[in-house]
Amino acid sequence: MSQSIGVQEKQTRPLSTAKAGERVRLVRIDAGRGLNNRLASMGLVPNAELRVVSNGHPGPFVLIVKEAKVVLGRGVAQKILVK
Amino acid sequence: MKSITVALAGNPNSGKTSVFNLLTGAHQHVGNYPGVTVEKKEGQCIHRDWRITFVDLPGTYSLTAYSAEELIARNHIQEDRPDVVVDVIDASNLERNLYLATQIMEMDVPMVLAFNMSDLAERRGLKFDLDQLSRLLEMRIVPTVGNKSQGRTELLDAIVETAGAERRERIHRVTYGQEIEDKLLQIQQALDRSDGDVVARYGRRWLAIKLLEQDEDVMSKVHDQKVLEVVGRSVVHLRTILGDEPEIIMADRRYGFISGACQETIQNSVERRHDISDTIDAVVTSRVLGLPIFLLLMYVVFFLTFKIGSYPMGWLEAFFGMLADAITSHWSDGHVEWLRSLLVDGVIGGVGGVLVFLPNILLLFMAIALLEDTGYMARAAFVIDRIMHKIGLHGKSFIPMLIGFGCSVPAIMAARILDNRRNQLTTIMVIPLMSCGARLTIYALFIPAFFPPHWQGPMLWLIYLIGIALGIVAAKVLRLTVFRGETMPFVMELPPYRMPTSKGVLVHTWQRGWLYIRKAGTVILAVSIALWFAMNFPKPPADRLEGRSAQEARQEGLRYSTVGRVGLAVEPLLRPLGFDWRVGTALIGSVAAKELFVSQLGIIYAVESPDEEAPSLREQLRADYTPLVGFCVMLFCLVSAPCIATVAMTRQETNSWGWALFQFFGLTALAYVLTLLVYQVGRLWL
Repeated sequence: MSQSIGVQEKQTRPLSTAKAGERVRLVRIDAGRGLNNRLASMGLVPNAELRVVSNGHPGPFVLIVKEAKVVLGRGVAQKILVK
Repeated sequence: MKSITVALAGNPNSGKTSVFNLLTGAHQHVGNYPGVTVEKKEGQCIHRDWRITFVDLPGTYSLTAYSAEELIARNHIQEDRPDVVVDVIDASNLERNLYLATQIMEMDVPMVLAFNMSDLAERRGLKFDLDQLSRLLEMRIVPTVGNKSQGRTELLDAIVETAGAERRERIHRVTYGQEIEDKLLQIQQALDRSDGDVVARYGRRWLAIKLLEQDEDVMSKVHDQKVLEVVGRSVVHLRTILGDEPEIIMADRRYGFISGACQETIQNSVERRHDISDTIDAVVTSRVLGLPIFLLLMYVVFFLTFKIGSYPMGWLEAFFGMLADAITSHWSDGHVEWLRSLLVDGVIGGVGGVLVFLPNILLLFMAIALLEDTGYMARAAFVIDRIMHKIGLHGKSFIPMLIGFGCSVPAIMAARILDNRRNQLTTIMVIPLMSCGARLTIYALFIPAFFPPHWQGPMLWLIYLIGIALGIVAAKVLRLTVFRGETMPFVMELPPYRMPTSKGVLVHTWQRGWLYIRKAGTVILAVSIALWFAMNFPKPPADRLEGRSAQEARQEGLRYSTVGRVGLAVEPLLRPLGFDWRVGTALIGSVAAKELFVSQLGIIYAVESPDEEAPSLREQLRADYTPLVGFCVMLFCLVSAPCIATVAMTRQETNSWGWALFQFFGLTALAYVLTLLVYQVGRLWL
């Protein structure tokens, strides 16, 4: 963890690595069209701001997107790329 | 008086149901959408000189072809063409909720927005310029507070006004950017050259949008190869220049349109803070406390159902007893005695025996409604997802399973919320293991008969837990064998906690209760009468009864009847489980509906000893069976053959008799082996 915070923020990484309380921006979702559409309809589109409420590994993942609290399975959180 | 139809759309958790209740009051009718089993609620109201029929569409986040609910909502708007669509919006979560609105707007139907829970939004510090937003979206917007009955008149006024208004071309609409708009235009032009019908029905822009989104349902409706070619080329082109799927970019543009509209019309003075919901969630969804709290709540629910339900149940029992006595005493002897017996033993014994459990059913559904309306249900799904995932099921599978504690039939319908067929099938197969309300009637009879009061609560809890545990094992086995494959990703909204309203809970409870009463008045009445005949006919020839006491003659009569013969025939099979022909006979009846097990036992015992001072059914059971047999009966009823209605529903939902029969015989075999094991091992110990 020798990188500066600035660099770390810009790196694209899976949402599952984000910690509780962190705010991240969605880059893209590496998933099939079904999941992609479902997430989009719940506000998870590129550039959306996400606030991680809890990263309860190994369990589900809670975040706030557009004022709504959403729970994701671990698998989904790994498919969502953020920075 | 003019008649119009209004469809109610909205996100899950937007308070759509409370707005529906607000608009229609108690004038509701629950049915199904034709051909599918997603619940269709309709209601009516009269406002000024308009007769308005409301159709409650399934709650959805968007209108894609990816789930049954979304397709139903969309098809209703497109094909039934309601006069007005009311989109219920959670005002405190505007942007996400307006996403659905933009999609309805594109379908070109007259719309009204109900800004629901506007009081909460204002308390959160949101200020709306509704006039301006209304001008931008070109539709009436009415603030409502569904659970406090505010905004009803205003909303109804807006609806009739919109229905009567002249249709105008929209000025503001979502524009998707130059590249996409170019392609949309090309597709529209291609559409104009073909498929006249489809274009006329759905509108060219909407079709073009859906085609560009590669919507499977719409693609299958457009048959013109040339159009599909244009679509294919456009998708490839856009993917290259935009670097993402067109549908994702389009979703993004819709949000862009929304945030544009919101920016001018909404003031958000405070940012979303750590609110009370977060605090509660920190406890009820925590890794350590989540599961214990969940189990405790479930225990409380079933304890209350049993404990509180026992009082009104006693009153109902007394009532039916009095009714039977009144008929018996006023009916002169020797005057069509068989009819008296049919009425007293068949109808009152059968239907009454089922209706006495109505309080338990109502309490259980009230508890489920409370869990749903407070928002805890979604947390329960979240808490249980950790476990569900391990057994290869989706956390959402938990919801149909929980409904399964009420009745397997709606639960199997509810399995539609799972968008993966393997998950759906697995869930359907194990739902009958979630002990339904009808089976509660069996436990309610047996547990107090065999166990001391302080053991009754824990015993009921144990029965339910056994069902759950078996469900888990069965699901795991099925996922590893018959339904092998990847589990579907888990995505779910956690709505803010809300205070449930008595009206909402009561309406919900009453609807379920009414379904139960209707079942009692129709299927169970018919089966009770049929069973009474099967139990009393054929009569044994007179010479077989010679020299026997009255009691022995009745015994002989029952053994000679159709039911007795079947019961006797299966007795050797049931002996190793500790069951005799009476239990066997009742089990046969319970295939028609589980609650018939109780009414049939009631009839068997009433037929056997119709003395004036007949001991209650419980006392008779206690006299005839050991607690171990009592437990084995409950275990067998828990696991074995789901009722006819469940079989029919499984057949409908899986679209195959194969799965329905697999479920029926698989569960019966499981029940047999399990009960055999418990009885034989238990006999050694006890």
